[in-house]
Amino acid sequence: MAPVLPSTVVAPAPTAGQRRSRTGYVLLFPGMTWLAVFFAIPFVTLFLTSLQTPVPGKSGRYRFGLEFGNYATALAEYWPAFLRSFIYAGIATALALLISYPLAYFIAFRSGRWRGLMLVLVIAPSFASFLLRTYAWKTILADESPITTFLNSLHVLPDGRILNTSIAVIAGLTYNFLPFMVLPLYAALEKIDPRLIEAANDLYASPATSFRKVTWPLSMPGVVAGTLLTFIPAAGDYINAELLGSTKDRMVGNAIQTNFIEFRDYPTASALSFVLMAAILVLVFTYIRRAGTEELF
Amino acid sequence: MRWLRRNAVSIVGILVLVYLFIPISVVTALSFNKPAGKFNISWNSFSLDAWTNLCGVPGVCSSFVTSLEIGLVSTLIATLLGTMIAFALVRYRFRGRSTTNLLIFLPMATPEVVMGSSLLALFLNMRFPLGPLTVAIAHIMFIISFVVVTVKARLQGLDPRLEEAARDLYASPRATFRYVTFPLVLPGIIGAALLGFSLSFDDFIISYFNAGTLVTFPIYIWGAAQRGIPPQVNALATLVFVTALVIVLASQIVQYRKRKAMESS
Repeated sequence: MAPVLPSTVVAPAPTAGQRRSRTGYVLLFPGMTWLAVFFAIPFVTLFLTSLQTPVPGKSGRYRFGLEFGNYATALAEYWPAFLRSFIYAGIATALALLISYPLAYFIAFRSGRWRGLMLVLVIAPSFASFLLRTYAWKTILADESPITTFLNSLHVLPDGRILNTSIAVIAGLTYNFLPFMVLPLYAALEKIDPRLIEAANDLYASPATSFRKVTWPLSMPGVVAGTLLTFIPAAGDYINAELLGSTKDRMVGNAIQTNFIEFRDYPTASALSFVLMAAILVLVFTYIRRAGTEELF
Repeated sequence: MRWLRRNAVSIVGILVLVYLFIPISVVTALSFNKPAGKFNISWNSFSLDAWTNLCGVPGVCSSFVTSLEIGLVSTLIATLLGTMIAFALVRYRFRGRSTTNLLIFLPMATPEVVMGSSLLALFLNMRFPLGPLTVAIAHIMFIISFVVVTVKARLQGLDPRLEEAARDLYASPRATFRYVTFPLVLPGIIGAALLGFSLSFDDFIISYFNAGTLVTFPIYIWGAAQRGIPPQVNALATLVFVTALVIVLASQIVQYRKRKAMESS
């Protein structure tokens, strides 16, 4: 891919060299300890809490136990919420990919000297409160809003409305995590040598073929990173379901929050949280293996 | 028609950018609204009340200040810890590199609800009282990784010849760091701090789990969503949005000018 140059030119300039000394460990210690204590160890307590058993006669108090049955009861009650989380997040991720690709392509190949500004504009919406932006969709998708009226005139809405349906939840999820899709896609597209696409065109490939055979495969690392960075927060989100959906659209995040904070049913909430994390890890690793881009990490 | 086909990607791209800004324009527009009922959802009549009386509703400004304070403290600590890790990763050899990388990567790939609930499980089991301290601890935890990634990228992008030149000119390692390395990495550190602050300031899920009775700005909005969000909240959010946009655009312009100056010299 790189133009052929004498090896002395392409060989990387000698780096400052990595030193092996105690300083490295000293630099790592405080931050990594923080992550170990407040990120890694909490998973152990989460797992232990999910197996706790109630103290008889005292509501909201639990003690050490090995109640694996907590998982069965939690899943028996909340499996529809789990299913919804993965379906909603999956649809939102697919939509986000569809919407983001043209934008990322435009910024990478067509924006010229406005590129920096365009990238700022992509992240700019995140500067306004996440909750308020989500809440704003209540106004945009309200029952008498132009978009709802228009879609109703086409008779495409199953319930005759958008707000308080799963459509609103998916629309909110798609919108909220869009920058997480655009930026990795852009980073991958920007690395593509435009001459490769020109070469495809010179060899009489149609625009569709050159996209399918050249651009798309080369942008794959961005597609994988973007879909993961969108899917993971979307599957765990409950803000969109709470603000835009009805009680029939609740996701697993809602269940974890209400059980933890309102019902004080810590074992059930912990079991749900633990299963969510495990499910996401399994999904992510099979997906990466399938897509064959393990160098991502 | 030909023109349309040639520029289809650009047109769609710009439309997507416009779409990204629709909710923000709604948030801003509703800050100038005088809501008809208690819910500020649909347009009623123009009013500057929210802007002239920003703290007029109890709880709005105090929660805003709480979020600013927690954001500043968490950002300061997380930036320091994250920058140290980034230097260690790029400049030093050490044992357990892959475990270290995994521990830095995972917080960015874990849903907030899982991090928030597992940290709450830790605090509950330790009988640790919830409040500003637990929220700050949580924020520092999830910001560190973003700081590491940002500063590391900047460090790896440095031209090693600049540091070599300093050494060739008999600068001590300390002087090389102080006068060459650090100033060159500083924009990355500042960028990481800004990113960290915006993540902390806007975080709801992890904060809500670990806040106890503490009310941050997002937690205030969450509570208000049930009984009606006052337009003051929209005004403050607009203010934050504009401030952040100005800071980022200004830094872009400075970088652009620097590049131009480098090219012409």
